[in-house]
Formats: sequence, C-alpha cells, structure tokens
Amino acid sequence: MEFAATERLDLTTVPVTPVDAFRCRVLDRVAEGWRVLALFTLPGDAGGRELCCLMGRDHDGQLSFLRTAPLTAYPSLTPECPQCHLFEREIYEQWGIMPTGHPWLKPVRFTGCPARPDTPRPAPGVTEYFQVRGEQVHEVAVGPVHAGIIEPGHFRFQCFGEEVIHLEIGLGFQHRGIEAALAGGPDRRTVHFMETAAGDTTIGHCLAHAAVLETLTGLTAPARGRAIGRIALELERLANHTGDIGALAGDVGYLPTMSFCGRIRGDFLNCTGVVCGNRFGRGLVRPGGTAWDLGQPEIEELSRRVADAGRAVLGAAAILFISSTALARFEGTGRLCAETARDIGLVGPPARACGLPRDARHSFPLPGAGAKDIPMQLNDSGDVQARGLVRRLEVEASLDFIAGALADLPAGPVRAALPDALPPHSLAVGLVEGWRGEIRHVAATDADGKFAAYKIIDPSFHNWFGLALALRGQQVSDFPLCNKSFNLSYCGHDL
Amino acid sequence: MNALTHIVAALVLAPLIPGIINRVKARMAGRVGRPLLQTYYDLAKLIQKGVVVSHTATWMLAAGPAVSLAAVGCALLLLPGPASPAPVSFTGDFMLAAYCLGLSRLALILAALDTGSSFEGMGASREAAFSALAEPVLFLSFLVLAVGAPEISLSGMLGRGLTGVLAPERLFVPLILFIVLLTENCRIPVDDPTTHLELTMIHEVMVLDHSGPDMAFIVYGAALKLWFFAALTVLAVLPVRSLSPAAGWAAFLAGMLLVTVAIGLVESVMARLRLMRVPRLLGGAGALAALSLVLTVWR
Repeated sequence: MEFAATERLDLTTVPVTPVDAFRCRVLDRVAEGWRVLALFTLPGDAGGRELCCLMGRDHDGQLSFLRTAPLTAYPSLTPECPQCHLFEREIYEQWGIMPTGHPWLKPVRFTGCPARPDTPRPAPGVTEYFQVRGEQVHEVAVGPVHAGIIEPGHFRFQCFGEEVIHLEIGLGFQHRGIEAALAGGPDRRTVHFMETAAGDTTIGHCLAHAAVLETLTGLTAPARGRAIGRIALELERLANHTGDIGALAGDVGYLPTMSFCGRIRGDFLNCTGVVCGNRFGRGLVRPGGTAWDLGQPEIEELSRRVADAGRAVLGAAAILFISSTALARFEGTGRLCAETARDIGLVGPPARACGLPRDARHSFPLPGAGAKDIPMQLNDSGDVQARGLVRRLEVEASLDFIAGALADLPAGPVRAALPDALPPHSLAVGLVEGWRGEIRHVAATDADGKFAAYKIIDPSFHNWFGLALALRGQQVSDFPLCNKSFNLSYCGHDL
Repeated sequence: MNALTHIVAALVLAPLIPGIINRVKARMAGRVGRPLLQTYYDLAKLIQKGVVVSHTATWMLAAGPAVSLAAVGCALLLLPGPASPAPVSFTGDFMLAAYCLGLSRLALILAALDTGSSFEGMGASREAAFSALAEPVLFLSFLVLAVGAPEISLSGMLGRGLTGVLAPERLFVPLILFIVLLTENCRIPVDDPTTHLELTMIHEVMVLDHSGPDMAFIVYGAALKLWFFAALTVLAVLPVRSLSPAAGWAAFLAGMLLVTVAIGLVESVMARLRLMRVPRLLGGAGALAALSLVLTVWR
C-alpha cells in the first residue's frame, strides 16, 4: 500500500500479504529503485508477530507498506537484497522469527530472545567471527575498550601483512532497550529517550519523533517552531561536520585544521546553546514545535556567531583541502562504489559521496519545509576525500540556510499543543536527514492509541556495514581515517 | 671533565626537546600548549608509579626498557660535544653508536613481542621494517662525513663544519640526517607521536603495555635518542670545533633549538605519510646520500 511520507496510515485498511507475495513485492520494488526503510514486526493475532516492510522512493517521497500474517519463519530476503541483512538479524534476535537462508545470522545487540527462552542470553561480543586462514594471515582485534575516550565497539581485522582482507564489526555494548521502553507510550519519558538515542543527534531524533506524532495526530508544528527546529538541525550538522573535518585532519596528523575545528565545533555548539541553553539542543524540539522561542536580540546574536564560526570553519577546511600531504592520504582511501552503497542501503554523507542522491531533506521534506531549501551535495569518488568534501560543501549549504532562515523567521507561536490521545491502529513515519544521514522513526499504535511498536533506525544502522566494506583491501593503518570519515554512532546503532 | 659536559647536558636537557616541539606545534595551531617542562613532570610522575605486568609476559617486558635506555646512553658516550671530543672515541666507533641504537630498538621490539598482543607485534614489525630501511641511509651519511676527516670516528668526523669546497652535495648531509631523525624518533611524516589510534601507531603501540618506571625509561630513552640525532645533525653542519668553547656551546645550543623548532614546524605543516609510502621517503633519502657520497669522493 502506498502513501505519502506525511500521511497517517490506517493499519486496519492494510491487507495481509502472503509471505511469498510479500517477498516478491519487496524484491520487485527494490529492483525498481525503492529502498527498504524498515523491516520490523508488529504484534499480531494470538500473540504472534507479523512481518512488516516499509519502503521509500526517493524521487517522489512515496512510501509503501506491506505486512504478513503472524509467522515464525520465512525465506530470507538477504541473499537477493543485502540491505535487509541487519534487519533480519535484528528480528531473529528480538522475536525469534527465522529468516531461512540468511547467510550470517549472528546476534546484533546480544539481547537474548524472549521468544526462545531455552537459549541463554549471549555475553556481549561473544559470537562467531569470520576467519581467514593462511601462513601469513593474522587477526587483529580492537576494542571494545579503546585507547581513546570513545564508545565501545569490537573490530576484528583479518590481515595479510598490512592489508585488510576482511573486517567484522561487533556492536551491542551500548544496548539500553530504548525501543522496548517506548512501547506503551508516548509518556513523559518518551522525548527524553529520543534526545539520548544518539546523544550527538539530539535534534535529529527529536525532529523525527515530532514528525511521527504530528503525522499521527494530523497537526503540524507552527511555521516559526518548524523553522527554529530546522535551524537547530542545521546547527547540529554544522557542529558535527566541523568536528569531523577536524578529526579527519587529526587522523592524518595535520594539526592546524584539527586544532581550529576543535574550537569552531564548540562555537557551533554554543550557538545551539544560545537557542535553548543547552549546547546539544536538549529540551529544544518537542512534538508540535519547539519549547523555546528566539527573541530579536538572540536572532542577532545567533546570526553574528554563526557567520563568524562559518568563516572560520571554511578557512580551516580550505587549508586542509589544499594540503598535498593530507590529500595524498585522503584520495583513494576507503573507496566504496555506488553499486555497493546502493546494495547495502547506505545513507547520509557516505552515500552522497558515492554519488547516490539520498537526502531526506529532498525526498521526504518535513511539513512546512521545501524540498529545495538546502541544495544536495554530491561527489562520486566514494573515498575519504569525497566524504570530507561532501561534509565541507554541506557546511556551506547549512550556513546559507541558517543565514536565510534567521533573517526571515516567520512570526507566530512556536508550538502547537498536540491532543493527548493518538488515533488507534495507525502507523506514521518520521524521516529526518540528521548530520549522519537519514533518521527513520516508525510508530504503530494499538487499539488504545498507545505505541504498539516504535522503531528507531539511526543512520549508523546501515553505515557500519559500509565501513566494513570500505576497508577491504585497504591498509589496516588507514582504518582510523576511514572510520572517522564515516563517524558512526555506537549508541545510535545499539539503542 | 670537559668531555663529560656534553653527556651531562644531554642527560639534563634532553627532555626539554619534546617540550619545545610541542610548544611550537601548539603555537602553530593557535593553542597555548602544555608546559615546556611537561616531560620532566611526566618522568617524575611515572617513576613514582607502580608497574602493571600482564600475566602472559616474561622478564623480557621489564628488561626491554632498561636495556633500551642503557644502549642509548652508550651511544651518547660516543658522541662528541661542541667543545671536546667524546669520552670514548676510537676508529670506527660510529658503527658501535649505530648498533647501540639498534640494540636499544631491538630490546623494545622484543619486549613488545613478549606481550603477545597483536597490536604490539604489528607495531614491532613496522618499527623493525622502517629502521632497517633507515640504517643504510645513516651509514651512507656517516661515510660522506668521513671523507677528509682526520680520523674515522664520530669525534673526528663531526664538528668540523662543511669544510672544503662548499658544494651542494655536502649540504645534503644535514638534510638526510634530519630525515633519519624524523624516522628514528617516530615523528611526522613517518609516525604520529600524539595519536591515540592503536592501528596507526608505530612506536607508541609497541610500548602500550609498559607502565610506571619502565615507561619512564622509555620516555627518557626516546628523549635521549632525539638529542642524539639532533646533535648529530647540528654537529654535521656547524664548525663548532674551530670556535672558542663558549662560542661553540652557544652555537651548538642555538643549532639544537633550530633543529627542534624545525621538527615542530614539519609536524605542524604536513600530514603523516601513508604507511606504505614511508619506504619511498627513506629510499629517496638513501639515493640522495649515495649521490652525495659519490660527488664528495669524486671532487
């Protein structure tokens, strides 16, 4: 069933598709250029779980939703449609629904499965890993405890000398059970779970959640609230892209840009602080608009600060991208081709760096936002250089957008009160282009208008696998650089 | 007495060099930077700490840093000061100096392999590969310096300045020695001493398992080694022997400061080389050294 991204879907009108037809339709649509946005389960009759697939088409922003009857096994989609591989592993881990024929059915978050009480919960990180054998092949294992202060993740490299033959990434150490805690909501805690789903993407996840609730209730945030939310989203992008450009410089040992960007990132975070008093935007975006308004003095202060920091970051990026020694490290490192990126469902700047025009701001604009407000930045070489350049260009585009939006902020209230009750048996989708890529929230309500299931898909969910593929044939010493060029979230993946 | 002045100066002042490098880097990046004496503070702190030893490690882990430091100290004994020959000097002593440094590295490599960690093995293999490439370059530059020297020892070869016809080939030598310095001391563009990323490290990853006084030995040994190569570079250029002792010392210290600042500037303005490109840098330096030798002898 097809519907627009900003429409509420009445689940009682969605027919049940037989498993075989479900599989055929998903594969056909993928072949036609649709993307699998989410593969998840909803509670069905008699305590079973039905398999649901949400797909999206980029060029016209249409969504498609398919569901099956409750099931316990189905033929895996992964062999024909690799972008489903992690969804299928996740569903098997959470609900014990077996994707028959899945090539590598490992735990995703090591949660254990309530549907299979006889199998003990695995210890985090303890599972099979792909192994390469040979005289000079060696295995390097990094993490989950790292030498720097970063989040926990486990990386297994199969190396031939310095060359990486295969990298396998084990995550799940940060699993907090957010999706399970959201079921039965929304309640007072819900929005705080959104703010901390991935702490550096507070605005992005809050906006996606707001979009879900607004779609469910059929209300739209007032123009001023929406504009402030979008300004905050771009500020978040600016701060993180600045940090990433600096980190790329730091990883190749190019100190000036690293040091400058470290400071300028703080300047952008402080700009968000001007809006709502919190540098990461906690407490700013709420369903129905924003909790804070901007007065004229703040608007002027913000414009001045953003312009100053913007000039500084473009200068810092300029000296990095003309430094021949830095470019020698960036060019050709960690290359992903567009075909691979399309197959695994890559999103965000890494996908755009492969030449895939995927940007939720264009394909699925929020109500009240224009699809062409912020130009999409593409590159086609797919390497670290391209990912860095896309970020630099997006910094420029975001700066332009913020300057324009601040100069022309709509008048009126910033927040509309949403009704307490949500419509029963409905499904709504929130798609927001966060700085890391497309953030997807899918909520379905039960007969009481409470969340029967709430699915959060952080861009890191797909992109971690992209990182693993980008590293094939690279030198193991280039891993940190490739990793930084993706800069993925551990907690956003682990939820 | 005079002969020992340089040793004492090296032992006391060597930890200042990393401090100055870091200050230069910080200033270039618009930061204030850590105190100039930070390495001394670090050493004082490390020496007071306890040692954590992995239960898979043997005595080699503890012996490595001590042997390494002692070997660098021996190499320093062979290096002449600005106003006097070295305390120990004999024909061919440059071989001993080079292999004292080699022994120092070997001790650390064995200690790294002893831990059984895949990282440290990786770091050790990189360190061994790059130092094996740096060694012939160092010997070629020694040979250039030896041409026309009154005796074939470090004391005889160094401190004479660029004697004879000031031909370009002689100016190569300090440049080549500077590249060897950057390689041997794990500076950018070969290694990044400030990185926290295990997989890109060379020297730092080898010493991950060391702590407390052992780590202090390693840090101090690294500072002494840096002093050795900086002094070698300075003494290859400046005719300090022909000056009065006071002027010689002043010129030497100024030269050391200049080399230190140059290291800081190199680290500030360029990125690290891709690991697989490092052999090309050393190969280039080696070719330059060979060219320099041929031209020097020919003239």
